[in-house]
Amino acid sequence: MTRFRDLIAKAANPTGTVFILLALILVGVFAMNPGFFEGPSLMAFLKQAAPLVILAAGQYFVIVSGNFDLSVGALVGAQVVIAARLIDGEESRTLPVILAMIAFGVAVGLVNGLITTVLKVQSFITTLGMLLVLYGAIRLWTGGAPTGSLSEAFRQAGRFGIEDVPVLGQVPWALLIMIGLGAGAIALMRSRFGRVLMASGDNERAAALSGARVDAARTAAFVLSGLSATVAGILIGGYAGVSAQVGDGLEFTVITAVVLGGVVLGGGRGTVLAAMAGALTIEALFTLFNQMALPATLRPTVQGAILIAAVAYAARQRARPAPAPATPTATATATPS
Amino acid sequence: MKTQRLAAASVAALGLLLATGCTTDTPADTPDEETTAAESGDEWFVQADYDEQLAQRDIEPEGDPNTPWLQAIEPEWIDTTEYAKEGGDATLCFSNASVSNPWRVTGWITMQQQVEVLQESGQIGEFRVSDAGDDDDQQISDIQAFIDAGDCDSIIISPSTTATLTPAVEAACASGVPVVVFDRGVNTDCAVTFIHPIGGYAFGADAAEFLVDNLEPGSTVLALRILPGVDVLENRWAAAEQIFGDSELEILGNEFTGGDAAEIKNIVSQYLERGEVDGIWMDAGDGAVAAIEAFEDAGQPYPVMTGEDELSFMRKWEETGMTALAPVYSNFQWRTPVIAATMILAGEQVPSEWVLPQDPITEAELGDYLERNADMPSLHYAKFGGEDLPGFPDAWRDR
Repeated sequence: MTRFRDLIAKAANPTGTVFILLALILVGVFAMNPGFFEGPSLMAFLKQAAPLVILAAGQYFVIVSGNFDLSVGALVGAQVVIAARLIDGEESRTLPVILAMIAFGVAVGLVNGLITTVLKVQSFITTLGMLLVLYGAIRLWTGGAPTGSLSEAFRQAGRFGIEDVPVLGQVPWALLIMIGLGAGAIALMRSRFGRVLMASGDNERAAALSGARVDAARTAAFVLSGLSATVAGILIGGYAGVSAQVGDGLEFTVITAVVLGGVVLGGGRGTVLAAMAGALTIEALFTLFNQMALPATLRPTVQGAILIAAVAYAARQRARPAPAPATPTATATATPS
Repeated sequence: MKTQRLAAASVAALGLLLATGCTTDTPADTPDEETTAAESGDEWFVQADYDEQLAQRDIEPEGDPNTPWLQAIEPEWIDTTEYAKEGGDATLCFSNASVSNPWRVTGWITMQQQVEVLQESGQIGEFRVSDAGDDDDQQISDIQAFIDAGDCDSIIISPSTTATLTPAVEAACASGVPVVVFDRGVNTDCAVTFIHPIGGYAFGADAAEFLVDNLEPGSTVLALRILPGVDVLENRWAAAEQIFGDSELEILGNEFTGGDAAEIKNIVSQYLERGEVDGIWMDAGDGAVAAIEAFEDAGQPYPVMTGEDELSFMRKWEETGMTALAPVYSNFQWRTPVIAATMILAGEQVPSEWVLPQDPITEAELGDYLERNADMPSLHYAKFGGEDLPGFPDAWRDR
């Protein structure tokens, strides 16, 4: 009985909304196509959802600290195009190029972070500028069409996995990477860094006055976002190969996912687990649309309506005085150093 | 009626805000004479155009088959002596819609190489270019700038969209210099010549007929499309719908992918989870390889498939030995406008509507085209028609 009450309390929790929504959508998918929950097709779903989940974790760090990162979609696209051009089908170049991509991802995050924190440019503008810079630079560099090709080794992570596992079939590397990074992100949010990040988004002045290094934490959040875009780029490029459109519009999908996870724009509230669940929810929603054979032109409308409804529902729950401590994370304070 | 239009306009404006980056005519612009003529439910299908294009496929074009960019189907030659200009060294001004996809990039390189040849022979002096980046308003002001400059001997326009660019093209014609329009059309015939391959209906029909001919009755076909609302793409699908409608194939669905490889692979994988897919119809070849990989990863036999003459698809086709066809939207058309402009300025006759041949690449020709393009990058189009230009192959290879 108490467990049931716990469950109700959890559901009333704003960050809990996303799990209910995810469950509802999965029920819908199951109703349309019971075969979805068989091992291989579930694994295929998770493989394809992994990049967005990882991106959502990266975006969460930035949003919870009170900023935005609009440059991730362009960065994913840039990374895939860079990889194809530099590898150009040579297996031996795979590892050096991956290292170069990581360096590039960190550099882009660092520039975003420093411009936002040191030059005090709003992150919306900084990262919008970065989006355009990357978009233009890549088109200038490639003359509008990507060249080169990815090596087989590069494509392993996104396309293949551990084969012939009983029941499941193939366990994708992408899924294992997603679980590993997801666990890392949760651990990071429980560390001192996570509390500083949360406090920076919640109340910047209070956090700074209590001795937290707000700017350093925020810059680190951008670097983490840049890294997540790099990993997502490796997985997406591996999954489907190079095309000129890779990463287009991904920034909006991922911000939608994070917001759907109950993370408040402006920062200070929400959990990274819920943000990642938001990404899974979006992907499940796309699957459901597909199963329902919903006309493509109607999909953005339905997606938008669900987003608004879910966030409004969560906001109502938040506004109502909760009987139990609703969001334990929201009460986190910065520890003086 | 008025409120209805107002509502339509505000919905359109909202749609534009949401659809960042997609360039099409705003819905408020579309209800003009041409489109309302087809009231039969499908605004993208005009029976007369469909019949004409399908017939044009079987007409032997005039001219040398070795230079298809100079061939023309049933040309109506017109006199251009009024535009003849002494002394060569003409200033050509080119308003380009964009180079936002590999097809346009390939064609743009070919055009520049052709211009170099004409510059060396002294026919063209200056070649002035503006790129509108898929922005209608930008292109309208680009064209106006050419008119205002007053020293363009000819204006070449590759319109971004049909209805919106029509007044700008009319203004260019009114300035008195010969105007050449190519690729997408406009709703005016004031240009001296309008250059284009046969068209979207022929492309879609080539692909659909191939699937009908190569699949057993009752087989399943999935259609993959780039985006809605672009006339050249909508015509391809409209033609396919006609042909599939008369066949015994079962169309599982038609899905918009944005040409994104990851999206294509997701969609095809999901269809494969639910059942067999025997055939794939595509309205453009972008991301075709991702669709084929979805079959590989699902452990399913290769489908009968139609892509485009994009090399990544053609290479995969050869590698797998699957049954396929590469319909072509003739990329070599990018050579024709600059040649046409120099012809007009020399007072030579040109066709008033210059319809270029548009033949799909079949399995028999696959090896030949792959060999010719062996050095080319994967997002290159086999029928780019620039092999005899001096810049070949470096200009296309090192793009």
